[in-house]
Amino acid sequence: MRHLKILEYALSSLLRRKYKNLSLVAVYAFTVSILASILFLTHALKREAVAVFSDAPDLIVQKVSAGRHDLIPTGYLDSIRTIAGVGDVHPRYWGYYFDAMTQSNFTFLGINENLAGLELVQGRMPAEKGECTIGQGVAQAQFTGVGDQLVLIDSRRRSISFRIVGIFDAASNLLSNDLVLMTQRGLREFFDFPSGRATDIVVEVYNPDEISTVAAKIKKMLPDTRPIAKAELFRTYDSVFNWRSGMMLTLFSAALVAFSILAWDKAAGISGDEKGEIGILKAVGWDIADILELKFWEGIVISLTALLVGLTVAFVHVFLFNAPLLTPVLKGWSVLFPTFRLTPYIDLYQVFVIALLTVTPYVACTVIPSWKAAVTDPEMVMRG
Amino acid sequence: MKKHRIFLGMTLVECLVLGLLFFYSHTVLETNEKKLIPAKQKMVKYLELTDLSIWTEARYTRHPSQADLFTPFQDFPSAFEHFPAGSILAPGRPADSTTTLQIRR
Repeated sequence: MRHLKILEYALSSLLRRKYKNLSLVAVYAFTVSILASILFLTHALKREAVAVFSDAPDLIVQKVSAGRHDLIPTGYLDSIRTIAGVGDVHPRYWGYYFDAMTQSNFTFLGINENLAGLELVQGRMPAEKGECTIGQGVAQAQFTGVGDQLVLIDSRRRSISFRIVGIFDAASNLLSNDLVLMTQRGLREFFDFPSGRATDIVVEVYNPDEISTVAAKIKKMLPDTRPIAKAELFRTYDSVFNWRSGMMLTLFSAALVAFSILAWDKAAGISGDEKGEIGILKAVGWDIADILELKFWEGIVISLTALLVGLTVAFVHVFLFNAPLLTPVLKGWSVLFPTFRLTPYIDLYQVFVIALLTVTPYVACTVIPSWKAAVTDPEMVMRG
Repeated sequence: MKKHRIFLGMTLVECLVLGLLFFYSHTVLETNEKKLIPAKQKMVKYLELTDLSIWTEARYTRHPSQADLFTPFQDFPSAFEHFPAGSILAPGRPADSTTTLQIRR
């Protein structure tokens, strides 16, 4: 009951300076929401990458020439097949295309003619040379749809028309936004691939534990190659979205610094009014413990409200509105940027970290200066 | 004694809203893990995809897993990395010392 009475007094005290405290809660909640939005977004992207790439190729072998990725001779396929533990080995044909009309980059991917349809494709997959299936980003940039023609300039500067037979569903935008699928034959002709060359080679390894051994053997057998294991793919996305990434370092630390300034301002000293109030309370018989509890409740009221509002805003911002405030930062110079709805992976550990990072220092910053004032003689405090 | 009741009530409502949002996320997650994620996994498997189509501005940002760490600086001798997405991407994590593959790369 005593605690509730002190809480009641703390609320009355906060309401006496309601505009100041309301603006404090608003700024505090905004800072928390930015911190939480970044954590929610990066965590969701990382988990999405780990989930969807579980069936990515075990090993990809690239050829490196003069320190650069080069087209790989298909003759390497036979050498790789001789390695024990290796299953299917086949070439992959893909490349980039800059579309001058829309000023955007597309990723072209050659597929087998007999590839079965996918759930996330409206229409079908390309089955012959003049057909293509495109991502939503490409369709929107070109203002095209299924049944329309996609006109592209090939490597001999000829205008080639592809019939669009399918469009990837918006749900797959994170994977397919800039994709243009065509048959392998169509792609080789379009880019004028030299015969006997592919972009890279996909290697299946029966035992996942042997992937790095097989990669080492490939590297030894074909020294001008670079094998990339599936584990490296996961490691890439883990590091792209971890705390050392630019996104976390720039935005997260900026928000954290803003919060520190807020807390520092509070810790640097309490106003004359507040000191006076503490002096009066002591003069009318309040204990130091009561005053500290009062200040503790004041801190809790402000920080808990800001934390809950901030977390709610961050959740709605990232998972219901697809992070409109963060996507311009992510977008960079990309003309084709996917509009994606993320699967709401929430890491409760991160929520607790945010709570710990924001509530604890704020409450401490409220209580410590008040303790200094509370242990001073009431008359001195009231005199200022 | 009214104010603390209002405050506690409001805090409870905020917790409830947050709890409902987390519950919603759990429901969406379950639905996605049953339908959408397997469909995406199938797509990755069939098309042999390796990267998310987020940053399309440069080769090494479109396929960060397929590029070397020094790719941004390969344009010409002493070239600077100049794409904004390059500042978003983190430098790759140091390789595990036990992986021979990493050492050889």
